Order: sequence, then C-alpha cells, then structure tokens
Amino acid sequence: MLHIKCPYCGMRSQNEFSYGGDASVKRPELNKEISDEEWDNFVYNRKSLRGKHLELWQHLSGCRQWIKVERDTATHEIFNTYKADEEIS
Amino acid sequence: MTQKFRLENGGLINRDKKLSFKFNGKTYYGYEGDTLASALIANGVHLVGRSFKYHRPRGFFGAGVDEPYAIVQLYRNNETEPNIKATEQELFEGLEAKSVNCWPSVNFDIGAINNFLKIFLPAGFYYKTFMWPKSFWYRVYEPFIRKAAGLGVASTKHDKERYEHKYEYCDLLIAGSGPSGLASAYAAAKNGARVILAEDKPRFGGSLLTSDVNIGNQSGEDWANGIISELKEMPNVVVKNRSQVFGYYDHNMLVMSEKVSDHLPKTKKHHPKQRLWYIRAKEVLISSGSIERPLVFGNNDTPGVMLSSAAKEYLKVYGVLVGKNPLVFTNNDSGYETAIEFKKNGINPIILDSRVNPQSEIIDEAINLGIKIKFSYVVVAAHGYKKVSSADIAKISNDKKQLGTIENIKCDCICVSGFWTPTIHLASQSGNKTKFKEEIDAFVPGTSKQNETTLGAANGIFTLEETLKSSFTAGQDLSKKITNKDNKISFPNVVEKISSQHDKFWCVPLPKGKNYKRFLDFQNDVAVSDIEIALKEGYRSIEHVKRYTTLGMATDQGKTSNLNGLQLVSDIENKVVPAVGHTTFRPPYTPISIGTIVGREVGKHSKPTRKSPMHSWHEKNNAVFVDAGVWLRPRYYKQGNENLFEASKREAKNVRTNVGVCDVTTLGKIDIKGPDAAELLNRVYTNAWLKLPVGKARYGVMLREDGIIMDDGTTTRISENHYHMTTTTAQAANVLSHLEYYLQLVWPELNVNVVSTTEQWAGAAIAGPKSRKLLEKLFPNNDVSNEGLPFMGYTESELFGVKARIFRISFSGELAYEVNVESDNGQFMWEKIIELGQEFQVQPYGTEALSTLRIEMGHVAGSELDGRTISYDTSLEGLISKKKDFIGKRSLNREAFTSSDRQKIVGVVPLDKKTSIPEGSHLVKDAQAPLPNKKLGHISASCWSVEHDNPFSLAILKDGKNMIGEKLFVMSPLKNKVIPVEIVSSHYVDPKGERVRS
Ligand SMILES: [Zn+2]
Repeated sequence: MLHIKCPYCGMRSQNEFSYGGDASVKRPELNKEISDEEWDNFVYNRKSLRGKHLELWQHLSGCRQWIKVERDTATHEIFNTYKADEEIS
Repeated sequence: MTQKFRLENGGLINRDKKLSFKFNGKTYYGYEGDTLASALIANGVHLVGRSFKYHRPRGFFGAGVDEPYAIVQLYRNNETEPNIKATEQELFEGLEAKSVNCWPSVNFDIGAINNFLKIFLPAGFYYKTFMWPKSFWYRVYEPFIRKAAGLGVASTKHDKERYEHKYEYCDLLIAGSGPSGLASAYAAAKNGARVILAEDKPRFGGSLLTSDVNIGNQSGEDWANGIISELKEMPNVVVKNRSQVFGYYDHNMLVMSEKVSDHLPKTKKHHPKQRLWYIRAKEVLISSGSIERPLVFGNNDTPGVMLSSAAKEYLKVYGVLVGKNPLVFTNNDSGYETAIEFKKNGINPIILDSRVNPQSEIIDEAINLGIKIKFSYVVVAAHGYKKVSSADIAKISNDKKQLGTIENIKCDCICVSGFWTPTIHLASQSGNKTKFKEEIDAFVPGTSKQNETTLGAANGIFTLEETLKSSFTAGQDLSKKITNKDNKISFPNVVEKISSQHDKFWCVPLPKGKNYKRFLDFQNDVAVSDIEIALKEGYRSIEHVKRYTTLGMATDQGKTSNLNGLQLVSDIENKVVPAVGHTTFRPPYTPISIGTIVGREVGKHSKPTRKSPMHSWHEKNNAVFVDAGVWLRPRYYKQGNENLFEASKREAKNVRTNVGVCDVTTLGKIDIKGPDAAELLNRVYTNAWLKLPVGKARYGVMLREDGIIMDDGTTTRISENHYHMTTTTAQAANVLSHLEYYLQLVWPELNVNVVSTTEQWAGAAIAGPKSRKLLEKLFPNNDVSNEGLPFMGYTESELFGVKARIFRISFSGELAYEVNVESDNGQFMWEKIIELGQEFQVQPYGTEALSTLRIEMGHVAGSELDGRTISYDTSLEGLISKKKDFIGKRSLNREAFTSSDRQKIVGVVPLDKKTSIPEGSHLVKDAQAPLPNKKLGHISASCWSVEHDNPFSLAILKDGKNMIGEKLFVMSPLKNKVIPVEIVSSHYVDPKGERVRS
C-alpha cells in the first residue's frame, strides 16, 4: 500500500485516496474548435508510462483535495506531491 | 499411555501440566508447551498423513513453519480448520486433530495405489492425464481427485470467532527474534526508537534455544530471555510472539498475522482469535534466520527421515527423541550438533558425512564422545513403509558419482542436513534483487530496494559473533538516524564453535538397477525424475519447470525444496545456480486464514449500513428492506399475507388513485454556493442553467467527457448564489468527486463551493392526485395551488414549527411534491404526513412501487443510465443545448452516436398481456433463428403496469425510433423463456405529461 503525502494533511495511506490518472492531460477549452484527433487524445489516449509519471489523486477520505503525485510506475517510488495549482519545476 | 519417546528431563515444556489430546480418534498425552508434532513424536506417532500425488505415508520433516508433511485437520471448540501444521499448532487440553489427504484412513489409503502406478504419474501428469476427453473432467477426474486428495476440508458453518485488524506505525520493525533480531531490537530500543519485534513461534530466541553457545557468560537461551524481559519493560517496544510477518508491500508496509488464541482450547471472551497487523515501518530489519536444506536420496520421504535441526529442536525444546536408533546424514557440521545432543541423552547415533576428511572443533568433540562417524558415506535409500526401519548406505567416490558396496543398517530415523538456506522471502518481496552467494550455495539479499536490512543467517552469516556484531550495529545506526540518540552498548563476549566448510553435494546417485523415488518437493511429490522429464521435454525457464512439475507450488511454497530443485536443474543443464535463477517469492510467506484477512468485515460489517431518519418507522410498519448501495430502503410495506408483487401493486395503485409517500432521503444532495454556481451547472449539465430563476427547480442530465450519461437529477435555485443539487442514490459520491475535479483542476477560476448534504436532509416524496390536498393540511399557511407552487416550483416553509423545503417535482409522473426537513426532524415529518394523510388514504410506498410508477411513465433510472447510453438513447436529447458547450458535448458527434439506426428507449408489452418479462432478456427478430441469434436490444426494467393491469417493460432497442408497433421476441435463456412482444412508446401512461402539471 502506497504512502502518499497529501500537501494539506501529511503522510496518509493509499486507501484514503482515489486515483485520477495522468495529470499532464489538459482539458481543451470550452467552445474551442478542435479536431477529432485532439479530442480523442484528450478523452481516450493515454500513455502507459514506465517510470516517472505525474498523476492525479484525490484525498477522498481526507480533505477531498485533488493533488498531483510524481510517482515511478514501475517501482512505486513517490518523488514529490503537489497541490493542484502548484507550479511544478 | 506413556510417552515412550519423552526424555526424563529437559526441554522447555511444563511437565507439571499434562494435557490430553486426540489424534485420529485415539487419546494421547503431552505437556503444556508442546506442539501437536512434539507430543505425537513423544508418543511414537510418526505416520500423520499421505502425500498429495502418490499417497505415500508421511511423517514429520521439520519443527516449524517449513514443515511440508504434517498438515492436519484441527478441531477446536466445536469448529474445524484445515491446513494446520502440526509443527506449529501448540497443544492444548482437549485438542483434536485428524490426518488429511488420506481416504479412507491414514493406515489404509486407497490412493496409495497411485504409488504403484507412478509410472503413469510423471511430471505434468495433471496436464497430460486429466485433459481429455473433456467430458471426463467433471464426471470422473474431478470427483476422484477431490476425494482422494486435498489438504483438508473447510468448515461450512459460520465462523463465530472474531478476527481483528490493527494499524500500527513504528521506527523499526524486526521480523524474527533469533540472535540478530534480539541484538538489533535491543540496540534500537536503547536509542529510544519505537520498535516492534515479531516472532512467529511461541518462544523467543530462535536458534539460541537449541544451539550450544555462550554469550556474556550465559547460555544462549538465558541471554535471550534476559534481553526479552528487558525489552518487554520498555515503553517504546512492542514484543509479539506467535506473530508472523508474512508480507512486505510498497512503501515499507508490512503485514503480520498474530495468532492470539489458537494455542488455547477456547478463545477468551472479548479476545480475537487472530489479529492482522498492518505495520508502516520506517526501517525493517529482516532477521528471519535460515532453514536447513534436505539431502536427496532414495525414499527420502519415508516417515522418520527429517531435518537434523528439527531432531535437535525436538530434543532441546520439547525433550523428545525422534528415534532411539538414529542415523545422521550430513554434508556439513550441523549434523554433528544433533548427534552430540543424542549422545548426551544416552542415545548412540551414527554419523554419515559425505565429506572426505573434514576437521573442526565439533567433529573432534563428536569423536571424543565416542560417536561412530563414517566419512565419504551416504544414505542411498531409506527402507520401511510407515516408518524408517533401515537404510542402505554406501561409500561415495570423491567425485560423488560412484557408489561403493551397499550395506544395510538398522535405524529408526534419519536426520539429514544439507546445509542452510537463508530465509530471504521478505527481502525478495520488498523488491530486493537477490544474489547467489557461492560460499554458502544459496541466495542472499542484494542491494536494498526499500528501507530493509537483512541480518544474520537470513543474510548468509552463520557465525554467532558476526551476527551479533552486525546486528547490534544495524540496530544502533538505523535508530540513530531516526531518534538522533547514540547510546553505545557494550558488546558481549561470545563463545561458539567454528564450523568447517560444507560439501557441495545434495543428491545421492541411484545405485545400478534401482529405481528409487528421490523427492525434492515433499508436499507436492516432485521427484528428481520429474525434473529430468521436464528438462527432457524442453522446459528451460525455472518458472516453467516449476509450473510443469509443481515444484515449490504447494502450501509450503518450497521452503525446503527450492534450492535443491535449482541445484538439480543447474547440474543437468551444466549451468551455475545463479544463471538458472530462482522463482519469485510472493506473500504470504506462510498460509494465512481467510478469517484473518477479512477481519471484522463479515456479515453486516462487510460494508457500512446507512439508514434514513425514518428507518424505525419503516421497521415498525412491516417494511421489507432492500439494499440500495449501502443504504437500506423499504422495498414494500407488507400488509397481511401479501407478497412483493401484491404489495407493490397496491402501493403503486394507491399513488395513482389517492396519495402515497416515499422515503427519498437516500438521494444524493449537494449544496452548491458561490457567484459562479450557475456557470458551473451550465458546464456540467447538457441543458441551459443561466436563466433559472430563484425558487425554481430544473431537471438536468450530466455526461462524462466521452458523451455517455453519468447521472441525472433536479437542481433548485434556493437563492441568488445558492443551489441544491440532487443525484441518484448510486452516483452521489461520484458526482461530488466529478464536480470537485472540475472546480479544483479544470476551472479553478470558478468561484464555487460544493459540499455533500445528503445526510443533512430527510426527504419524503408525496405523490398522487390527492397530494395537493395533503400538502394544504401540512402547510396551511402556504399557497400550494397550481399557481402558487407550479410544477418545478420551490418554496420554503415551516412544518408545524420545523423548517422545511418544498419542491414540486415528480418521479412517479403524478402530481407530486418532495418535502425536505433537517434529518433530526425526519421522523416528525413522516409521522405528520401519515397522520394528516389518513383522510386522503395515504399509504407509504417502497422502491418496488416507485419503480413501477417510473417505468410505466417511461422515466429513466439507473437501469437505463447504465454507463453505455447517451441522451438520444434515453430520449433526453431534447435537453441538449445547441448554444453552449458542456462536459462531454464534443463527443456527441461520434459516428456511432449519430448513426440513423442508433438504439433508443422503447416500451415492450407481451402479446398475451400476461407473461412477465425478465429483466436483462434480449430482443430478437426471429425466435427460431440459429445461434448466435442477433440481439436487437435488451430489457432494462420490467413492472406490472398498474394503470393498464398488464406487464410492461422498458428496453433499449436498436433503431428504437422506427420500431414502434413492431412485433419481436423476448428471449431469456436463463429463465428459458421466449415471449412474443409488441414494441410501444416508452411513455405508457400519461404520454403528454399532464398529471405532473395539474
Ligand atoms: Zn488531504
């Protein structure tokens, strides 16, 4: 079970969180003309990365904040966690 | 009955407390502190079971967790449990156990015929034999295998024992209380670290209990006891015996099973039977020791052949002789320790040492004691059926290929020692890539993957002094990092005997003309010949060899067999062991009971139960409840002898003719506040929300980004910047997360807050033509006329002094209202509705009537919004705004979503107007068509229409728009039904929707 540092609550066990997928995916702006391909990429296409991955988790049974977690998908190592609006260098 | 193999003195058992127990129906006696195994051996019982494949007699091989044979069915306190190792089960008064895997009895076993048919049961025999003909599997093979094999029977009764889960955090978790565990725990504890020390056996000390060493002028056992008593006194230390750390997971999360009550005849009141610990440790010290390796020779599975370390443990811990005429067969010095223990207790063992001319302190000691030793000698084969009675022995050439003249000598046990295998399971589970250590011919942990450190024998260190030194240091250094304290501990003086080099030799060649079975895996009956066949047939990867032969796949996970299997493969393949590699170690290290894994989450506790504030009223009024997610909702209110069908029909009919009241508290409710609340709703729902006036409700449908409907419900504008959203019961939590996702991540610029208020409000739907009249009674000061409170109107009021919200919304299709009050007032509201509704024939109605009402109205619910349908499919496309963008809109022009024959909701009526249509049935054009019959659609919901008094269903049907009036067939292979039906409009009642507006 992973141990995730919520930027608001501190170290918590994985079972307090729910997974939200790739954090680098950006929803296209509303009312913007976009191609089918662009939309499909947003809705369906995800990279199945091996290695460092920035992903979303929601601290569901805690502060309910969506946070960003930088995790290695192969080793499960967590390098850092960020608030949703935090700049990631 | 006397314990003929019990020594007069010695051992750590309590001789003052004699215990009686039964094995296979016969009564025996043992002592407190015995295991079932030691007590049986004390009574001369060596035949405990039958092997899995050939049903050969099985005795005891080890003295602990590594035991492959002695698995019994245990009876305790009117319950039974399978798969119990006799070597681990502590004796208690009245214990009963039976052999498993033998039918009809352990002494006469029909399956033993397999032993004579073994030529037909080679490697892969399951795959080869039981594969064809297919029809034989259910009729012949499976029943036979089930009867003749298996490792016991699970109880079919409800387990009344309690199992607990516990979450714990610590600085250092130390798995194993041998010398390395004790030393590291002591050093870390002295530095103020929070320590958990776990020992799977009842006694602490590990190898110190059986080895002849001296630490700080005390015996190993005394030193261990001293350390343990000191640790137990320290507030920062938790010391746990009977506790096996069996799993190492991510981020230093370890799982431990504590057997709290298994050693007692009966679990004490308020105590659990077992406890599962989830431990998050900053550092993990693996001090799990090592397991002795067997030597492989003919018939080496005969009862009486056992590990020499086990024989020594039975002697020193339990005061029990495994035999009175022992043969010790060894390739290293460990066998000598066992032989010396025998000798000290007046028994004359013979040592066969495969080595040519080894020299060490302990060998000298054995010689001085007058023990007979034969160097360059091996056991070729054991003889005896139910217990060893003699052994064929021979001299072996220096290259270990040629056997000399075979002689037969009498013996009643053969104690084998093939050197030691470090127990690296936990390190390996942690992700540590283990490495092969040539000097000890075994794998040891490599570079740490997580914060784990392996100590002592588990790390391939077999001298006490080095073990203690490195363990004190590890405990000190790791704790210092955490506590910043540095209490130095003086290192005790250690006296031990230094061993000579072991012999790289494990498998005795077969003598000419003999075909003895030489077993590698004792639990799964895998012999040397099976591995040879597998390799001959082309299997190379050790993982494949393992699966094909089942080597190491039994419940002991190959604790005693893995390395010998690897040695054999590498010998045949002319590879070195590290090139062959070992198979993966996976948790659990040893079998864990299902009860422990489940913990308290059984029966009613398997999930939380949510009840509405009106629950007790429902109970008192004969409600029959149904699970709705974790909620309990009244399904119907039983009157007299009514069944579900009759009651729900009556309730639904009463709504259509008079007035009914339904508990709708379970609907999800989300409070939405902020200046941008309308904008959020506008983006979330498919229809327009910016112009909804205060005091009005609106129905909305929300989509996922892929265009599929996520949920529906009404949202009401309470005030300028305040909305009250309702969701379906099932989707309440998901919708809240969905809104939070968009607000926090996608549109953080929106100034809106959302919070669940599902539990803050109790809700009652009041529906039926007389509902307005009832409302007038409930709220005499409010104008609830069609003008004062029109359809989709909202007002706030007081219900006899209680704050209330009144929504004029309808799910039943009738004139209806929904009243919400604060949860604490729910019961009051409900009772008022029932009381004042009497004159209008009010009746409560449950979810079944609610379903009937919505189905015949063609209102969609979860069974239509099933995660596969879009707005068009459910005839909700009229609510899709063309003017604005919203979540999922861009997906709606997908080709499949816009195709001209897209599926759509329809109504379905059986032609005979009598036959009920099973939900989930398929709609087909031709009931006689050959299979697979093309499916045109499926029945999503069925009811008995109270308006038309005949069955009615909703279906999602291909090209549903153009199918009205068509005749099709409903097919339900599950219910074996074929029903001719007519497709009608989904709006079966009041298609113009006049009633809700009346
Ligand atoms: Zn949090």
